[in-house]
Amino acid sequence: MKKELIKPQGLVTNANRRQFLRVGTMTVAGAGLLLMGCNDDDDMVPTMPGKVNLGSGDTGILNYAYALEQLEAAFYAEVMKGSYFANASAEEKTIMGDLEKHERAHREFFKAALGTSAIGALEVDFSSIDFSSRNSVLGAAKTFEDLGVAAYNGAGQFLESPDFLLIAGKIVSVEARHAAAIRDLINPGSADFAGDDIIDANGLERTLNFTEVLTAASTYVKTEIDFSSLPS
Amino acid sequence: MNLIKLLDSMCPDTNSAEDKDRFYSRRDAFRQFGDFSKKVAMAAVPLGVLNAIPHVAKADTASLIGVLNYALTLEHLEYRYYQMGLDSGVIEAPERVIFQKIRDHELAHVKFLQEVIANVLMGTPVAEPGFDFTAGGNFSPFTDYPTFLALSQAFEDTGVRAYKGQAANVQESDVVLTAALSIHSVEARHASMVRRLRTKKGQDTVKGWITNGSIGTLPAATTAIYAGEENLTHGGVNVSTATGIDAAAVSEGWDEPLSKDAVLGIASLFLAS
Repeated sequence: MKKELIKPQGLVTNANRRQFLRVGTMTVAGAGLLLMGCNDDDDMVPTMPGKVNLGSGDTGILNYAYALEQLEAAFYAEVMKGSYFANASAEEKTIMGDLEKHERAHREFFKAALGTSAIGALEVDFSSIDFSSRNSVLGAAKTFEDLGVAAYNGAGQFLESPDFLLIAGKIVSVEARHAAAIRDLINPGSADFAGDDIIDANGLERTLNFTEVLTAASTYVKTEIDFSSLPS
Repeated sequence: MNLIKLLDSMCPDTNSAEDKDRFYSRRDAFRQFGDFSKKVAMAAVPLGVLNAIPHVAKADTASLIGVLNYALTLEHLEYRYYQMGLDSGVIEAPERVIFQKIRDHELAHVKFLQEVIANVLMGTPVAEPGFDFTAGGNFSPFTDYPTFLALSQAFEDTGVRAYKGQAANVQESDVVLTAALSIHSVEARHASMVRRLRTKKGQDTVKGWITNGSIGTLPAATTAIYAGEENLTHGGVNVSTATGIDAAAVSEGWDEPLSKDAVLGIASLFLAS
């Protein structure tokens, strides 16, 4: 089995670390279950206001996913408050309601999993989206879902832990299911659900790297995201 | 789940320094392999470049070939199914465009996997098996459209689970992992589309995502395809309990893997005897 990149550091010896884990997991139940044991001290740097640092190693990748899930969850929460949703068809109401729950669940999962290594809440900026317009909402949803899939597909190779890779795999296929449904709402009954704009001649969906994803996301995020320590 | 055990298994404490060195150097070899073959494989594969690939341990290559041949078997099944469906005329005219696109992807996956196995990993791609999509006379997918759609959903949802189940087994090669992930999400898009199409046509009430472990109106033979999809616990966190979000929605938000044995058990129903 593949191991974490991160090596134990500082004063805590291996034996003591193990002991620490046993105590720690009992007292901090619920928060940071996944990472508290293997955490890198580097990831504990205090964040400046208006800026987050994703950190390094698997922690950094999970924070990257957490940032994207924050963005998606915030978007669907906003959708459900707008007049597009209020007047939407029953099918679209169900889909938007489901997506809001799925993305909120993803966000809360990463927050719990990352524990004290989690970045803070991102400040979003949806001023470019008209939440009363079906076209605007579905267009933004398509952007977010397609971006999420490409981001997970591109980041998978940098995860060291097979456990985290599996978790990412469990989430990315659901994002792809979302993306296909949103695309079908925009252009019903067409081949757009898996269009040539995102799938190449080998039948492979596009991948995007950290820079591409965070540049695309930056339209919707005010908080500065420092991803300079992510693996490459 | 045993949390201490999980943490132990994920932390490097138990490894000796030599183990770690070995691990990292092996990974480096695969990274080079990955970066290199990415340029090759993704661009429709010129063949003369292979001697430049860094040496990769034979056992690891064999294991990658094994996984990709397993994937190739499933892609053969899917491609043949859609091609026969399109040829049979069972698909209603307005929806042919959907299944032509899916067929095109499955054929591309077959060719891509054959190329990687043969010309990047220097292995032998498995031949296409003989299929019996009636499963011994039980189904009539090429004369009954609802059955065609039901089996299509079953194959796509199985495909998603099959690729997911192999991710960790190809993790040593960045290029193979990334390619597998890039096929995996395409299968998930197909699954979502076919599921919603069945519901739009009044044949089921399933959504694009899988609720609990429900098979909806699919035949009971598909139970194994959805077994375990009701899982709510990921990395030791019961997400429904932790968030207060209902179990149905949390189950929808995470797709589950299937083992190779389970997938081959499902696929074997459709192999010609």
